[in-house]
Amino acid sequence: MSSTATVGDLVSQTYKYGFVTDIATDKIAKGLSEEVVRLISSMKQEPAFLLDFRLRAYRQWLQMEEPDWATLGYPPIDYQEIIYYAAPKQQEKKTSLDEVDPKLLETFEKLGIPLSEQKRLSNVAVDAVFDSVSIATTFREQLAEHGVIFCSISEAVKDHPDLVERYLGTVVPTNDNYFAALNSAVFSDGSFVYIPKGVECPMELSTYFRINSGDTGQFERTLIIAEEASTVSYLEGCTAPMFDTNQLHAAVVELVALDDASIKYSTVQNWYAGDENGVGGIYNFVTKRGQCRGDRSRISWTQVETGSAITWKYPSCVLQGADSVGEFYSVALTNNRQQADTGTKMVHVGPRTRSTIVSKGISAGHSANSYRGLVQIGPKAVGARNYSQCDSMLIGDQAAANTYPYIRCQQPQASIEHEASTCRISEDQLFYLQSRGIGFEEAVSMMVSGFCRDVFNQLPMEFAAEADKLLALKLEGSVG
Amino acid sequence: MSAVIRPDAPVLLEIRDLHASVENQPILKGVNLTIRAGEIHAVMGRNGSGKSTLSKVLAGHPAYTVTGGSVLYRGENLLDLDPEQRSRIGLFLGFQYPVEIPGVSNLEFLRVATNARRKERGDEELDTFAFEDVVRERLSVVQMDPAFLDRSVNEGFSGGEKKRNEILQMALLEPVVAILDETDSGLDIDALRIVAGGVNQLSSPDNSTLLITHYQRLLDLITPDAVHVMAAGRILRSGGKDLALELERSGYEWVDAELARLDGEAAPQPAAPQPLEVA
Repeated sequence: MSSTATVGDLVSQTYKYGFVTDIATDKIAKGLSEEVVRLISSMKQEPAFLLDFRLRAYRQWLQMEEPDWATLGYPPIDYQEIIYYAAPKQQEKKTSLDEVDPKLLETFEKLGIPLSEQKRLSNVAVDAVFDSVSIATTFREQLAEHGVIFCSISEAVKDHPDLVERYLGTVVPTNDNYFAALNSAVFSDGSFVYIPKGVECPMELSTYFRINSGDTGQFERTLIIAEEASTVSYLEGCTAPMFDTNQLHAAVVELVALDDASIKYSTVQNWYAGDENGVGGIYNFVTKRGQCRGDRSRISWTQVETGSAITWKYPSCVLQGADSVGEFYSVALTNNRQQADTGTKMVHVGPRTRSTIVSKGISAGHSANSYRGLVQIGPKAVGARNYSQCDSMLIGDQAAANTYPYIRCQQPQASIEHEASTCRISEDQLFYLQSRGIGFEEAVSMMVSGFCRDVFNQLPMEFAAEADKLLALKLEGSVG
Repeated sequence: MSAVIRPDAPVLLEIRDLHASVENQPILKGVNLTIRAGEIHAVMGRNGSGKSTLSKVLAGHPAYTVTGGSVLYRGENLLDLDPEQRSRIGLFLGFQYPVEIPGVSNLEFLRVATNARRKERGDEELDTFAFEDVVRERLSVVQMDPAFLDRSVNEGFSGGEKKRNEILQMALLEPVVAILDETDSGLDIDALRIVAGGVNQLSSPDNSTLLITHYQRLLDLITPDAVHVMAAGRILRSGGKDLALELERSGYEWVDAELARLDGEAAPQPAAPQPLEVA
């Protein structure tokens, strides 16, 4: 009964994406070695430059140590216990959706991502990635008419090796950090986007990542290149089945925006978060970075992070071009035993570069939610400006919220603003809403989505409502 | 114990020997009150007499524990219901201190609340456009600027604006029993007139109002059918509207003597105190 419930009673959400698809899978043996790296590369019939890239990354990784500076606690990961490549068994190359295993299509349909001609979303092109491989990409022909390339990165390596070689690893170098090095060595699939000069991408692009196997890591790699004066909006979504073991997800995303180009990258992350006691769930160690190489270019990150047992993620912008703009809008919701250490880095290199950071952290249950952000203004960034706003909301009295802002400024004519606040959903606010006929849970979710409004407003229209619903679902408790 | 003013009207709210505490501290110590359709009752008393507690217990605030007695709302056990359900079936509490809810649009809040009530009554729920028409019409009841609809619930509202927003909610929810907890506090005379005018407009032979107030000035604008004086968690005296005027003249000092006399008797409160005659 909600009359006796307090805010602290909100417990574990029901995770409706926790099913496993029963499908034959090709997996390689557990463990990581130079042979495994070579095997992945040869299975994918990759050109020499990519094998060299992988091997360089692998050797660097061996020399590196897992970072421990984040406010996260988890048992050591045994990298030899992970399977680095798993793919559903199916025909060599699917030329049309008819050849894709119906079980896979059914899986994505269940996830709300219909891929078939009749049912697919009308204005969103989707690349569907299942475990280590991309199984289908919709609307490819229509996009090709505009010169837009949207395919899996494996296909891009085959069909556009010059572009991949030219840009891969130029934003996130192989030795950037421990997890990026690991990804560079073993990445399996992911999306590739190329928007030619002057083209405004005619539809939303979206990749849907699904981890299915229980002992497999997912190491996806995404590369988006926006040529001069082009525009693209891209969205990724992620889910995984419920297992009582932890799966590692270590992705790398690189964005390149040339003169006057604009990239909007949105994420709705709903990996399995583990149960209410913190058993199972995805370890999400992700490196995302965009480079505003061109003058007046713009990169905007919007993320709604609701899943994963552990989230370690700092989508960043390197603002090289003069007058370039970086934005980061984030909602991170943690519940039960979830831990999130997330934020951004805005590195101002060029003159008059501007950045905006809006971060909303919501902690419920026994979870811990940290914002960690760096604003760096280099000596040449004359007239650079940053505005940061970091708000935390606590639900119940067992959750933690931390804010770690780092500011490094080497430019006397820069302007940096930082605002932070922490609030709690109070019993009086809840009672007020309840006394107007609004149920306890609806009252909580109204207040949470009100708190997140600034960020949700940045999401593509089709997904803003979804994000609202997702948050409500995540906070759904045993009450009522 | 309250006086019977409209003996033929149906009883809407019947409070019997209500005891309640907060943090194990007894506050209500045997409240008896019967309200019938079409009646306006005023509960007066000094700070700490239990007036506001009574309103919060009736609305179901989770911080208050009912330790004894009963409350029937149209014959149904009110105390069994969640606060949201109490609202949906027609009980309304106008807050003394309306709560600010940042980020939640006032219009959306009003719409969700109105629809919760409509759904309970079997009426069609209103979409955003249909609701905007309804709310714009009701704004006139409290002479409120439509701009307030676009703001967050009560955020940055002045005291008077918050109270007007309460009456607007009352106008939309069309309650059967409205409890207005010190709706007059913090209002200048113009705002008081608007708020009182709103309450009068919304009064009908089918509903009833319980005004909780310190001051006669509200009762100059809304004429009560019955006035009750609360002290130490119970109703000490009831009377007609003249009782409020008498209080205004002579204050509450007699209350202390009365309480001392009751304590002197050192007997537990009788379950059914004698009814008092009303002028």
